Amino acid sequence: MTGLLSTEVLSHIGQQTDPQREIVTRRDIRKYAVATGSRLQKYLDGDVAPPLFHLHLFWDVVPLDTLSPDGVFTDHLLPKFPLEKAMAGGLDIQYHQPIKPGDWLTATRTLSNIYEKAGRSGALIFYEVMMEIRNDSGELVVSEKTTRILR
Amino acid sequence: MTPEPSIGMALPERHHHCDVVQQMLYNASLWNGHRIHFDLPYATEVEGYSGLVVAGPLLGDWLHQIVDEWLDDAGMITGIEYSNRVAAFVGETVTAGGTVTQYDPDSGALTLEVFVKNDRDEVLAPGIITAQLQR
Repeated sequence: MTGLLSTEVLSHIGQQTDPQREIVTRRDIRKYAVATGSRLQKYLDGDVAPPLFHLHLFWDVVPLDTLSPDGVFTDHLLPKFPLEKAMAGGLDIQYHQPIKPGDWLTATRTLSNIYEKAGRSGALIFYEVMMEIRNDSGELVVSEKTTRILR
Repeated sequence: MTPEPSIGMALPERHHHCDVVQQMLYNASLWNGHRIHFDLPYATEVEGYSGLVVAGPLLGDWLHQIVDEWLDDAGMITGIEYSNRVAAFVGETVTAGGTVTQYDPDSGALTLEVFVKNDRDEVLAPGIITAQLQR
């Protein structure tokens, strides 16, 4: 351990976003399906959403003047890390139920872990964000863990 | 899905030409304003990339599509674990494919290894997909 992570940074573990509630529309599914090059008619017609459609539904919509110069929004769930260069990350997703037009879905994101490891060319910081998406009956629809690496 | 799955069975591959219009529509659909995907001078001169970078989650979508098209109405994807290891650039043609690694004929549970690779055979996005056949 190189002790990069201060108590202050680590104190952010467990922080949650406010729940974000969005409605699924047929048009949004169709646009997403066309843009991804899908060839399955059920998606192109918007009858049901393809996997990963939740990325579209819950991407933060923020005012242009709050984007950073490279066009990226600031994720307020994250503390200021001592390393900032983002490397490849990973996703681990479970699909519990299909998503259809007219569904109201609510996502909550939690910063579930922050840790460091020694990499080949120096220290690396890992962080994990859990996203849970539920329908209005409270049933789990999609759960997702994102792992990001900073160097 | 026509043939009964068996361990080691390769799924039909699909080539994707990484087109700039598709990148624009995909990132607009997400509301992703990251310049590396559409601002060529920024991507090359500021960030030092060799071209416009294909959005990482789009490669993830292509992993899903390999299994989803093969399953069609015979089952559904229940989970995926994947990572973006190497960038793809607009103008490249990449290939998505996969192989059945586990199959339980009684329950219909499937595990598949999936990939997107470039024409130099570098794996850009490896993944593992679980799926469930209807029983």
